[in-house]
Amino acid sequence: MRRQLEGFRAVALTVARCRPEVVCAYPISPQTHIVEALAELVRSGELSPCEYLNVESEFAAMSVAIGASATGARAYTATASQGLLFMAEALYNASGLGLPIVMTVANRAIGAPINIWNDHSDAMSQRDSGWIQLYAQSNQEAADLHILAFRLAEQLSTPVMVCMDGFVLTHAVEEVELAEPSQVDAYLPPYEPRQMLDPAHPISIGAMVGPEAFLEVRYLAHRTQLRALEVIPVLAAEFGEVFGRPGPGLVSPYRTEDADLVIVALGSVLGTVQDLVDELRADDVRIGALGITAFRPFPVGAVRAALTDGQRLVVLERAFSVGGGGIVTPDVTAAVSGMDCPLTTVVAGLGGRPVTRASLRCLLADLPSEPLVFLDLDEAVVAKELARAGGVS
Amino acid sequence: VVFQIRVHGRGGQGVVTAAELLSVAAFSQGRHAQAFPSFGSERTGAPVVAFCRIDDAPIRLHEPILDPDAVIVQDPTLLGQVDVFAGLRPYGYVLVNSTRSWAELGLTDLVRGLPAGHARIVPATALALTHVHRPVPNAALLGGFAALTGQLSLAAVEQAIAARFPSRVAAGNIEAARSAFGLVTDQIGASR
Repeated sequence: MRRQLEGFRAVALTVARCRPEVVCAYPISPQTHIVEALAELVRSGELSPCEYLNVESEFAAMSVAIGASATGARAYTATASQGLLFMAEALYNASGLGLPIVMTVANRAIGAPINIWNDHSDAMSQRDSGWIQLYAQSNQEAADLHILAFRLAEQLSTPVMVCMDGFVLTHAVEEVELAEPSQVDAYLPPYEPRQMLDPAHPISIGAMVGPEAFLEVRYLAHRTQLRALEVIPVLAAEFGEVFGRPGPGLVSPYRTEDADLVIVALGSVLGTVQDLVDELRADDVRIGALGITAFRPFPVGAVRAALTDGQRLVVLERAFSVGGGGIVTPDVTAAVSGMDCPLTTVVAGLGGRPVTRASLRCLLADLPSEPLVFLDLDEAVVAKELARAGGVS
Repeated sequence: VVFQIRVHGRGGQGVVTAAELLSVAAFSQGRHAQAFPSFGSERTGAPVVAFCRIDDAPIRLHEPILDPDAVIVQDPTLLGQVDVFAGLRPYGYVLVNSTRSWAELGLTDLVRGLPAGHARIVPATALALTHVHRPVPNAALLGGFAALTGQLSLAAVEQAIAARFPSRVAAGNIEAARSAFGLVTDQIGASR
């Protein structure tokens, strides 16, 4: 049924229809509404059976999810920003143990300075944690990605993060076609763990692995993630058959075929970029957009296939590596290796600064030659601060 | 064609709810709609902004509304403190919650710059006190907005209010919306 819903509610209702058996909840903006809505659904009996656990921290939330998943329960949690960082140690355990936990990350900046608004610094900081990362463009995609995420996680026995832009999506009221419970049940079979902790049949998991096999364990984890590049398109196609709308895939190209310039981006900014593409196309500017839904594993083949030799690329980065540069850029560069695709990294929308069509239009009208650009950087503020710091520049 | 609305008020007045109800009402009329807050730290009494887009095509855009077709001011004490009319389109609409006149509000020039009948004052807080017994101007402003712009029907506004609030609260708010709708309709009739 198509409904006009706030993003957090669309996600909570969809997660509930995926029938998690354990939900671990610890509040942090802008994620809190999701676990609050799930609490109501558990209390009302709409989500049952489900054990809803209030824990004392994000570290505990992930630890409890790990414990629950290891005993064979479908486990879910959600977090953002500093909360994700507080989980970091446990994140690696979840992926190292191959536990198919699904987690929503309501993307938010990381302090200091404290900032509750949206960017991708949190999820990007856990790029190498062994979790699959999927980024939603809209609330429809955020909801749909959760269904696909449970299926993907359990099929590959690996955890999946669904990243949705904090506030911009979580707090936006948009129309969403909610998945019917019967459709979700048809798409997502009950969780059958490969192995589980069971007092009747004792096993150990998470034993120490020494130098003789640690490399192999990591290599196998890499192989598992790369398999997701084959599995996601299959699951997306099946999603389309069951739900009657296209399932989210690895990438989403938009008017890229004959484009001279392609903007590459992740998340909710893509809608804005697509509108800009249409506006500029009306003025005979040959421009396109390439959305990356799966950031880990990185879909090298799909990105390469979506682009053409000679296209100029602008990679919009909603986070960046201080002292380095773009975080998505190196992956895109690797994907187009050997192709003649000059690339500009544009760091934009940090800490909730809106990325507007006007700013992007202005940038594209006179694309700077340097490889790393900061969109809408207030030079006056920077100059003032540098002067105050004693002329150190 | 997209129609963009910006709602200005203070934390606790239901600014975000107003935008949400506008979007729900538009959606129920078969249009596409999107509502979102300005994502500030929500503190009671602090200036708050929320946005609503209504369109005939699906909405992909996720940027704040910088050039609104309509501005709704829930709290007239914001006038002079916040540039609530920034970017308002030349043929835009203005709806202000107040019991004072345009001259008293210092908005005569603004109103003169808009097409006739595009700016209205509604005593929304007073209507709320009469019908809801609490100073919650939202519903009255939504009714006034429907009459002012024709973007929404009164029935759609009533339906959105009924879906959002428990029935007793909803009933009073619906009365307030109807009353404001009537006031603005009469004003428009009188000015023609």
